[in-house]
Amino acid sequence: MTERMTGAQALVRALEHVGVDTVFGIPGGAILPAYDPLYDSTKVRHVLVRHEQGAGHAAEGYAQATGKVGVCMATSGPGATNLVTPIADAYMDSVPIVAITGQVASAAIGTDAFQEADISGITMPITKHNFLITDPGEIARTIMEAFHIASTGRPGPVLVDISKDALQSETTFSWPPTMQLPGYRPVTRPHSKQIREAAKLIAESRRPVLYVGGGVHKAGAAPELFQLAELTNIPVVTTLMARGTFPDSHPQHMGMPGMHGSVSAVAALQQSDLIVGLGVRFDDRVTGQLSSFAPRAKIVHADIDPAEISKNRHADVPIVGDCKEVIGDLVAAIEASGQKGDYTAWWTTLNGYKETYPLGYETYEDGSLAPQYVMERLSAIAGPETYYVAGVGQHQMWASQFIGYEKPGTFINSGGLGTMGFAVPAAMGAKMGRPDSTVWAIDGDGCFQMTNQELATCALEGVPVKIAVINNGNLGMVRQWQTLFYDERYSNTDLQTTRRIPDFVKLAEAYGCVGLRCERPEDVDAVIKKAMEINDVPVVVDFVVHQDAMVWPMVAAGTSNDDIKIARDMAPNWENEDE
Amino acid sequence: MSRHTLSVLVENKPGVLARVSALFSRRGFNIDSLAVGPTEHDDISRMTIVVSVEELPLEQVTKQLNKLVNVLKIVELDPSQSVQRELMLIKVKADAESRSHVLELVSLFRARCIDVAADAVTIEVTGTPDKLEAFIKVLEPFGIKELVQSGMVAIGRGARSITDRSLRALDRTA
Repeated sequence: MTERMTGAQALVRALEHVGVDTVFGIPGGAILPAYDPLYDSTKVRHVLVRHEQGAGHAAEGYAQATGKVGVCMATSGPGATNLVTPIADAYMDSVPIVAITGQVASAAIGTDAFQEADISGITMPITKHNFLITDPGEIARTIMEAFHIASTGRPGPVLVDISKDALQSETTFSWPPTMQLPGYRPVTRPHSKQIREAAKLIAESRRPVLYVGGGVHKAGAAPELFQLAELTNIPVVTTLMARGTFPDSHPQHMGMPGMHGSVSAVAALQQSDLIVGLGVRFDDRVTGQLSSFAPRAKIVHADIDPAEISKNRHADVPIVGDCKEVIGDLVAAIEASGQKGDYTAWWTTLNGYKETYPLGYETYEDGSLAPQYVMERLSAIAGPETYYVAGVGQHQMWASQFIGYEKPGTFINSGGLGTMGFAVPAAMGAKMGRPDSTVWAIDGDGCFQMTNQELATCALEGVPVKIAVINNGNLGMVRQWQTLFYDERYSNTDLQTTRRIPDFVKLAEAYGCVGLRCERPEDVDAVIKKAMEINDVPVVVDFVVHQDAMVWPMVAAGTSNDDIKIARDMAPNWENEDE
Repeated sequence: MSRHTLSVLVENKPGVLARVSALFSRRGFNIDSLAVGPTEHDDISRMTIVVSVEELPLEQVTKQLNKLVNVLKIVELDPSQSVQRELMLIKVKADAESRSHVLELVSLFRARCIDVAADAVTIEVTGTPDKLEAFIKVLEPFGIKELVQSGMVAIGRGARSITDRSLRALDRTA
């Protein structure tokens, strides 16, 4: 069935057809025609944010909490360029979002017209794919293609830039359109020979480890992973993007690997003879110095993106495929072979590390608050059903380390790009996607000041997120590096927020939120409980914490994982690795 | 480092050249030569890209190229199993006295003289990069006034075509 309508109407209709229920955005000149039919849509709720960056991160939070494609919308020029950061963020963390931007009229493209920016050119290196539409007849098909590309294979951001005249002029609309993507064929089915080879290596190995990344949860493969782990009795490490994909409380869980990973997780990788990488990319934050990373390990590397395999570390057994199918097949192959590896000595070693070097932190005799303690109490009181959304920096690492994650996808943060300011808008998006769940944003005072304008959106749109500002008055992670590597010369890291500029409690109140403050360990539980009781408006808690708290353990950038420090100048004693 | 010739079939759409060339520079590769043109199928363009890289980074850049939605197919052409050609137009000083010497070289190299003026001739020559280099060398003594060169184009020897399968993929979605 075909109908005559404007390009703008076709856009809204297409969004309805692909199942969009929420769009985050801000109107402006070039996208204005689309906002008129959007006003009438009963299926698509548009959330008016306060800054386009907020729209992009909200779309990411929504996508990560729901597994659906997040959508953001902006006008041409500055509206579009404000989306660049969240688009890059989504690209690095493989988050499926579709960004729709208005563009100046096709006749004006290339003339440096008012609010013109070549956003498809600008976002070429940070999108999975992008489109520039000047023909209204292409809108419906392109929207379908954009959602297909964003959500299949390795997920990622797709930008659709539509010229104003394409939105205004008439076209015929019919659904469903036929996609024209002859060059897009993601491989999801793993090769059975590689699966058998991997199963064989697992049975032969003595010190194997499952190195689990964000791809496992994205594939919905947490149940298969659990099965594989229990079947084989292999230790599991979960990366920053995979926290919760395997339960923290499980005895086989060794923690997070990497720069601020636990000693047991870092050692499990470093001293292993077989790393089974699942939905990971051997990121530098995990491997440390690549040349000394896990020197005796053979590598099985499974990922849906063939370009990730052997990119950083050579894979002895490369497996291209969707992690759900890969892990499922692996379980079947291991069960069929009936062979099991003997990892007794390995477990003795690793359990030794786990017992000797648990995560810990400093407490302060002056009665000031340790940020890690706040995380522990949040975890205990808010529990594993809560979605935790972190910004970037020390608080993010503490949130990863000291909150117990039991469920896949319950920790949402900016991993690859490391985007400060991610938490507030992403938490808003997550809460809109999961209105029945509690969503706690964990933010730093630096991060919070980058995007807290979205508190207005949360308050007005009825999005009762809870925000824990871990306020140490500094750009804490940068300060930590200055402490360790720049002779304690604190160049431009002191935000002086402990002087109450701004006063976060008043700021919260100004935005129609409840503002609370907590400065002493003995008040933490009461404040968190109070925040948990408020469910009609957003709550901001200003946790004023000790400024010298540091994130440990740490593998200094560019050094070997073997040189991990559990505190300043304190290295773990490695056991004799020759067994 | 070794030279590799990639034949890349792409959808004939705006911006595809920018996507491909930007990917090379973004991933830290220099393109030695690039030629783009239409093929026997209206919807497909073909790029011939020559890069100097080691084997492993080449594999990486090929995989990254394959991820571009508009890229249909990538084939590395082995120099011994393919024909590789560049086109060069070259303007050389040639007066009445030297002209016959120049024209002798033109015929030796199986080149063609395409324009003649009182004090210069313009020559068209095709061949492998080695041949063109040799030709430039012998013409240099006469005085090269201007030179323009195409990127390399290449095609596999034998009856097999690399476009067949990609065409079928296109037909399926049409």
